[in-house]
Parts: sequence; C-alpha cells; structure tokens
Amino acid sequence: MRPVYIAGTGMTAVAEHWTRTALSLASDAARQALSRSTIPHIDALYLANGSSAPLGLHQNFAPAVAHELGLTGIEAISFESAGAAGGLAIRQAAMAVAAGLADAILVVGVEKVSDFLDEHREESLALTSDTDWESLHGVTLTTQWAMLMRKYMHDYAVGISDFAPFPVNAHANAVANKQALYRFAINADKLKDASMIADPLSLLDSSTIADGAAAVLISATPASDGPAVRLLGSGVASAPVALHDRDDLLDLTAVRQSSQRALAAAGIDANQVQAFDLYDPHGIAAVLAFEAMGYAAKGTGTQLGASNAIRPGGSVPLALSGGCKARGDVFGALGVYQIAELTAQLRQTAPTQVDNCQFALAQSMAGIATTVVTHILARD
Amino acid sequence: MKPNRSVGIVGYGAYVPRYRIAAKEISRVWTDGHGGVPVASKSVPGPDEDVITMSIEAARNAIKRSTIAPQDLTAVWIGSESHPYSVKPSGTIVADALGATPFVSSADFEFACKAGSEALTAGMGIVGSGMGQYVMAIGADTAQGRPGDALEYTAAAGAAALIVGPASDSIAVIEETVSYVTDTPDFFRRADRPYPVHGNRFTGEPAYFTQVRSATHALMQQLGISPGDITHAVFHQPNARFPQAVAKQLGFSTEQVQTGLLANRIGNTYSAAALLGLTAVFDVAQPGDTILMASYGSGAGSDAYVMRVTDAILERRDRATKTLRYVEREYFVDYAVYAKWRDKLVMG
Repeated sequence: MRPVYIAGTGMTAVAEHWTRTALSLASDAARQALSRSTIPHIDALYLANGSSAPLGLHQNFAPAVAHELGLTGIEAISFESAGAAGGLAIRQAAMAVAAGLADAILVVGVEKVSDFLDEHREESLALTSDTDWESLHGVTLTTQWAMLMRKYMHDYAVGISDFAPFPVNAHANAVANKQALYRFAINADKLKDASMIADPLSLLDSSTIADGAAAVLISATPASDGPAVRLLGSGVASAPVALHDRDDLLDLTAVRQSSQRALAAAGIDANQVQAFDLYDPHGIAAVLAFEAMGYAAKGTGTQLGASNAIRPGGSVPLALSGGCKARGDVFGALGVYQIAELTAQLRQTAPTQVDNCQFALAQSMAGIATTVVTHILARD
Repeated sequence: MKPNRSVGIVGYGAYVPRYRIAAKEISRVWTDGHGGVPVASKSVPGPDEDVITMSIEAARNAIKRSTIAPQDLTAVWIGSESHPYSVKPSGTIVADALGATPFVSSADFEFACKAGSEALTAGMGIVGSGMGQYVMAIGADTAQGRPGDALEYTAAAGAAALIVGPASDSIAVIEETVSYVTDTPDFFRRADRPYPVHGNRFTGEPAYFTQVRSATHALMQQLGISPGDITHAVFHQPNARFPQAVAKQLGFSTEQVQTGLLANRIGNTYSAAALLGLTAVFDVAQPGDTILMASYGSGAGSDAYVMRVTDAILERRDRATKTLRYVEREYFVDYAVYAKWRDKLVMG
C-alpha cells in the first residue's frame, strides 16, 4: 500500500450563506484546494453531502461540481451517508490512492441548509435514526442526545454544569478561526442561563447547522508548499441504529471500534494523539466519544472538561477550530472540514494551535454513532 | 425621489388600543415560561376595534393637528395587511367617517408592514405634482400571529395617520425619499389563510437588515448626509432588537433611536410601526431637528425618508393626544381573554 498525503485543502466560512448556492460553495472550496497544490492531474472527484437529498435540494451532486470545476467527464461520485458522508468520502479516496487505483482524488464536502425551515431540517436529520421505531414517532437526534445525557446524569450523578466546559472550550477556540460561525467566547455562567432546547440540552450546549464547503486533495504525492501531512490510517464501524437495540445506551461501540481500527492502521498508540476533532454537537457527545475511545473511564468523561484536558494545552485538545458548537455543524461536510483544519494544525498554521502537533484524530458519524469514521493524520 | 413641488407633513395622529398582553403571559401558555421573549408586551385590539376604527381615531387626531378641513383632502389611503374586508375598501369607510367624501380618491394599500409608508410616498406624488393639496396616508394593522408561533409574541395593533401637504404649511418638510424593493419572500400570508408564514432566520439578515440598511444608505448618500446629521432616527420595529441592531449597523447611537422605539411596550404594529415611531418623535421634536424614518415590509422592501422639522410643530402637537399617552394607557388581559377577542378559539 502506498502512503497517502493531503496535497491541498480549501474551506469556505461556515455561515448562513443566504446569497450563495451549494454549487458556488463547493466550487469555491475545491478551487482553493486545487490552487494550493502542484498536482497536474485529478483522477476523480468525491462529493460528500448529507442533507441535500432529504431536504429535496439535490441528489448525486458530484457531476455538477465536476462540471463547474472544468473536470467534465471525470469519475465523479456522491457520498450521501448523512453526517458520516465527508469522513467516508475521505476514507474511500485514501483507499483508492493507497491501492494505486488513483494518484489524486479531490474530496469536496458541502452543505446548504439555511434556506430551509428549522422543522424541515430537524426532520431531515432525524432520518438517520431508526425509521420504524424512532424518527416516525417524532424522535430527533437532539432529543436522543438529550435522553442519553439525562441517563448519563442519572447513572453517574453529574449535573448539567459538568458538561459546560465542552461548549466553553469550543467557543474559546473559535474566536481566532475566521471561518467559524460563532467567533465569541461564552462562560459557564452564560450557559446556566441558556434556554432549554431539549432538557437537559440548552441552546448554548447545542450546535447550529450551517452552510459551508471544504475540499481536500488526497494524493500519492505530498504537497510542496509546506510540511507533508499523511493520512496515516482510518477505520469505519457501525452500530445498531435504534438505541433500544444497544446493550449499553451510553457505550458508543462504533466510536470505539472505528478509532481502534484507525489507530491500528496508523500504527500509533492512542496516547500519541495530540489534537482531536470529534462530532460534538453537544458536550454529551464528546464525553461519550472520549469514554468509548478509552481516554476516560466510563462515567468520568466530564472530568476531561473540568481538568482542562480538552483545552489547547491539555492532554486531549478538542475542537481547536471551534467544533460543531462554534465552528458550526456542517453535517456531511464535517469529515472534510476536519481533515482541512487538522492539516493546518499539523503544519503549525492553525488559528488555535497545539504546540508541535505530530498526530491528530478526526472523527465524524451518522446518527447517534451508527456509522463512525475515524482518521489519523500525521506530520511526516 | 423628490417631488417638483416641496411637500411635507401638515398633520399627524396616532392611535394604540388600550389593551395589552404581556409576552411572558404568552410564553406561560406555550413554553411553560421558558425562553426569551422579543418584547415586554404588545397591544391587543378590543373586540370592537379593527383597522377601520383605529384609522378613524388616528386620522381625526391628524386633522386636529392640521390647518385643513376633511373636505380639503384629495385622497384617503390606508395601508394595512389586516383590512377587515378582502374586497371592499377600508378607505371609503374612513373617508366617510372623517367627512371627506364624496369628491375624494380612496384606496387600500398592501405591502406587509410598509403599506402605510407606501401611501405616504404616493401622497407625496399627488401633492408634489400639484394634482391635489392634501392626502391622508394611514398605516394601520391588527396583525395576526398563529397561536404558539414566534410572531404571536409581537403581532400587535395600532394606527398612525400623516397628512401630506405643501411644505409651506408643514410641521416637517420631506427632503427626499428612497424606496428599495426586491423579491424576498421572508414572510407571507395566502389570501385564504388566517395566519402568515415566515422564514425564521431568513427574515433577519437577508430580509429586514439588508433592505432597511440599503434604503437608508442610499438616501443618506443622495442627500450627502451621515448619521451625525440626524437628530432622531425611526426604523420599522418588528421586535425590540431589530431596530436597535440596524441602527447600530448604520452608525446611529442609542439616543438617536430611543424616542421612536415603541415596540418593547406595544409590539409590532406592522403598517403602523414606523409611522407610530415618527409620531412619537413629532411629539417632542424641536424646530430644525432632522428626522430619518425607514419602514420595512416583508416581500420585501424599505421606504426611507428624511424630514426637517419646522416652527409650526410647537403650536400643533398639543392639539391631540400624544403617542406616548396611548402607549402608557395599559390594561393587561390574560391569554384566555386575548384568545377570545382575537378569534383564536375555534368552536364547533
């Protein structure tokens, strides 16, 4: 297997892009990625998008983006696995390059959701839960995270405020990130007063779905404009969709399996990772992910917040670009944003930087960790 | 836009129903009291009040503050999105009640919340061209909000009447106006529906803020003035936050917008909102003051005006009930009474 490199990245700001189309956002990010690379030929374009089909905006969007970029005729494939779309597109591109089937694949993640009413968006996102037992009855992902948080608080005797360090950290890290949706700090006091979205999840512990596009050029040759960044390993795992089919509601098994597979493929230990970007729309999601990956024992994940371990100087720096909460929740494009952002982190050019970062972990998922994809990136 | 012949406001009048419902009372019913509210309270029309009765009240106040008799009116125009009849003008009833009929032009205007200022601009055309001497332009609404919807907290009732006439007879001379309109469907109500639908956050930046900023910018640019040249600024006020935010974006201070800011106490009076703010400013303005008013209507557009207050204001404004007096006249009702009066109880 050949080594796989990140040869170029591009991002638009995460925002309510009222005056721009999905095509304009996607091609903007793609052109940025291409302009920063010296790769002469692109073999394929992989397009990641989670919301457009359920929202009724478009489907099989890849050919449209390829044509817009002047790549008409190229192999153009759409990945539409909800929130895992971006991570899976990166994984497939890396596999093709590693196998020698392609030399360079452009992966573009895009979401355009602002033009749809809240109820319609929430309903579309809920389609990733179990149709017969969950979404049909009005369950949404937000209410499911809320129920998991309620159970966690009950089982481990922790309070709402114990989750506060996660959104506080996300917002603090986003202040320097010009591409972030919310570039302001919040504090635990402000969180206490925040209105409830789905008790115990408050407005300030809930991410906002927003528009944006990111692009990453996956290549057999490294970029020439800075330190080489490798996609060292990745892993994908799945779990029962309906929460009631899981042995332990608070055990995100697919998170554990995908991260173990990614670390094994990368050939590094879990404790070598110096920067994390997870799917963290709420504090509870990050807490459960860290516990599943073994960075905290069961029931102790909130202590990673209390002890500042998730801060840029801590042992598990999280959401350095602002995470889903403050950078903005870009749903199916998240997996591509993460690779673009962590590439900057490894090149020491990120807005909020961890000192001398060598290894970084990116993780995205569909539903409540029903499909989870984890990538390990490394500076060569 | 500027007429050939200089025009101004020769009389003005306000009306706000005395009834109020607290926004917290609405949130008590729908959200168990949780979450923020966009205003403190909103006005509620009494069971015998509608756009026509409120328009008559406001128009009579405007006549009192003018130098004219109702028969001198060339036109009586009412802008509203809650005309009591779908087909049959409100304007004829109001014109008749005022004593302005039969040789008078009358029609109803509709442009969501800026129907009233649309009538004002049309009035400037009639008077400015010399076709007529005086035009009564009224903005009035008893706005609808679906029970439990975000709009229910603000959809209020009120009326404001402005008489457009020659500059020589005016309490405020209109220097120039700009209309800025685009097809922006942020909020609409189909003809057969009781309540409007809206685009949530789409009603903010791409709609209200873009339109109001664009109209105001263009007007200040055409006149070669800056926010520092304005004494009082009045913006359409769908809630308490939007007008203050747009004022800040445009470079106006809190002091400049305070006098015309009524939404926190009476809610969003739709077609009357910006005009009512203007009447509150007229109640306290001094000769020589410069006033900027920018309306906003969904769909969408904004009309902006710059006016200069004349000496005549000092003698005329005390002839009728002041706007703040109407605002302060509060009788709070609970949600049950409000629901009964506003026909929100569907029986049988």
